[in-house]
Amino acid sequence: MKAYETYLLDRAKVEGNHQLATYRRLGGYKALEKVLKGGLTPAQVVDEVKRSGLRGRGGAGFSTGMKWSFMPDVAKDPRPRYLAINADESEPGTCKDRVLMERDPHGLVEGSLIAAYAIQAKAVYIYVRGEYRLPHDRVAAAIQEARAAQLVGQHILGSDFSCEVFMHKGAGAYICGEETGLMESLEGKRGHPRQKPPFPAQSGLWNSPTTVNNVETVFNAPFIVERGAAWHAAIGTANSKGNFLCGISGHVNRPGVYELPFGVTAREILEDKAGGVWKGRQLKAWFPGGSSCALLKGADIDVVLDHDSLRARGSSLGTAAMIMMDDQTSMARVMEVIARFYEHESCGQCSQCREGTQWLSQIFHRIAHGRGQADDIDTLESLAKGMAPGKTICALSDAAAIPTLSAVRLFKDELIACIREQRDPLAAPAPKYATVGAH
Amino acid sequence: MALPKQLVDEFDELVKNYPERRAALIVALHRCQEELGGWISPQTMEDLGAYFGLEPVEVFGVASFYPMFHLRPVGKHVVSICHNISCDLRGAQDIIAKVCEVTGAPLGGTSKDGQWTVKHVECQGACANAPMLDLDGTYHEDLTPEKVAQLLGAVR
Ligand SMILES: Cc1cc2nc3c(=O)[nH]c(=O)nc-3n(C[C@H](O)[C@H](O)[C@H](O)COP(=O)(O)O)c2cc1C
Ligand code: SF4
Ligand code: FES
Repeated sequence: MKAYETYLLDRAKVEGNHQLATYRRLGGYKALEKVLKGGLTPAQVVDEVKRSGLRGRGGAGFSTGMKWSFMPDVAKDPRPRYLAINADESEPGTCKDRVLMERDPHGLVEGSLIAAYAIQAKAVYIYVRGEYRLPHDRVAAAIQEARAAQLVGQHILGSDFSCEVFMHKGAGAYICGEETGLMESLEGKRGHPRQKPPFPAQSGLWNSPTTVNNVETVFNAPFIVERGAAWHAAIGTANSKGNFLCGISGHVNRPGVYELPFGVTAREILEDKAGGVWKGRQLKAWFPGGSSCALLKGADIDVVLDHDSLRARGSSLGTAAMIMMDDQTSMARVMEVIARFYEHESCGQCSQCREGTQWLSQIFHRIAHGRGQADDIDTLESLAKGMAPGKTICALSDAAAIPTLSAVRLFKDELIACIREQRDPLAAPAPKYATVGAH
Repeated sequence: MALPKQLVDEFDELVKNYPERRAALIVALHRCQEELGGWISPQTMEDLGAYFGLEPVEVFGVASFYPMFHLRPVGKHVVSICHNISCDLRGAQDIIAKVCEVTGAPLGGTSKDGQWTVKHVECQGACANAPMLDLDGTYHEDLTPEKVAQLLGAVR
């Protein structure tokens, strides 16, 4: 196995690191000190992060420094400014932010403060999915410790910078991970995504300039500030810089969350980290970045993991959550489960998404249960094409359409066989239990 | 009826975190569900409406949007089993069957003795430790049907 430099998960491996004393002993809050006591201006921090090549880890991979630079000029816009940290982590397969929050909560607080300074936010709201009880409690405790140590609140570390950090809980809706759904939810409403424009930087939380960043994204900021943009930009590939967290789940021997530099191949993660496909089987298919990206075939496992290489294969890096499926997996079943998920999570504002996700779910369900109809494959394809790209208020509709189109493209023969034989030859035996309500 | 004083005091602090009081509504719903019998009753919606200056139907509109809020009474213990893809690939259906067998509750319902509510949920962010379930707010991961029987057997 190749050796690579790690930094994102180093502290997380140290017992007791969730407490301030240990975090500080391991060098924590040095980056914040460098910013606030070293006289770095907000513009300098934005510039450093821009030059580092850091891209968002929430799924879209947008340049973080660029996003921060979209916030209006403080001198010209007197409105308060906010940073919302997206800790909703609900994309199927994705379980990386949880590791950071549980084991390195101060790293998230420090990263949030540096991001808040860069955009001159007066407050940070960390939006944690409601089910994440331990991660929530760990970060809340870290904020308290940090406040007592003058690291959060008025005049942080004796500087002119003041910033509050608050925890906020979601309540189990995937759509609240979409940045405008998140803002609605933070305002105490249903998580219905907002039409863009206006973009959050112009008008976000409470009609004020707002930046929404993923947990892992801001977690990177202290390392970049301390070690420099050039250090970060030297790791990775042409357009994907630094290390990233990869969650690997499904049919592997050692599922887990691993830290790797951009540029490793998927095979290195599968074999060296995850111990290969379980039960001595072969890899049939996989999602490189959560269920909202296009499926790839097992034969594509030598692809380099970065934004450009996955795009070239017709998929995307997404949340870097690799979901692996062995050669006995039924793709009809996989798509049934995934389509059911998007149907359940559609907020219903857009007809294409509301109706489309229901139809996809019904059709994959009947194919998987031996009741597929002759024209189902064509229907799936035309439905998915009507749902995306960019036809709806938010990208959930695309997220349902993209895996559908890839399944129809890559596994057409298998789906057709299920329809022709009126049974799924790869279906696992279904255990019996009573159900009330919907499926 | 009104909200218990202890919750009112808590919410009075909570609303200070936001420029608009209403922002605290979802966190307040969580606290009510935790403290007031495991579900959001019509009375609670009325009380929260009064506290936040909202119509009860607005509170209902919010509460009903979020799957974590129970709008009907639940059992003494709530078991939520993830049925999304990473868990499905590693046997979530067997976990659901085992939970239903041990508790006597149907999926999506409550056991006759009122002890258990069993439901399925979407991805819980525990995919690398699939399959998983949440028992009364605590995750249990890397499950097998045997482990489920042991876990639930130890609960009173
Ligand atoms: C349906 C949907 C769900 C999303 N869920 C999440 C999520 O759970 N966590 C997250 O960080 N981003 C999620 N996103 C992406 C956010 O909209 C947003 O792009 C991200 O938080 C920006 O942060 P970043 O630039 O740091 O990546 C989701 C997007 C969509 C369309
Ligand atoms: S695309 Fe779907 S989830 Fe997004 S706003 Fe429209 S209906 Fe809601
Ligand atoms: S798929 Fe079950 S926890 Fe993610």
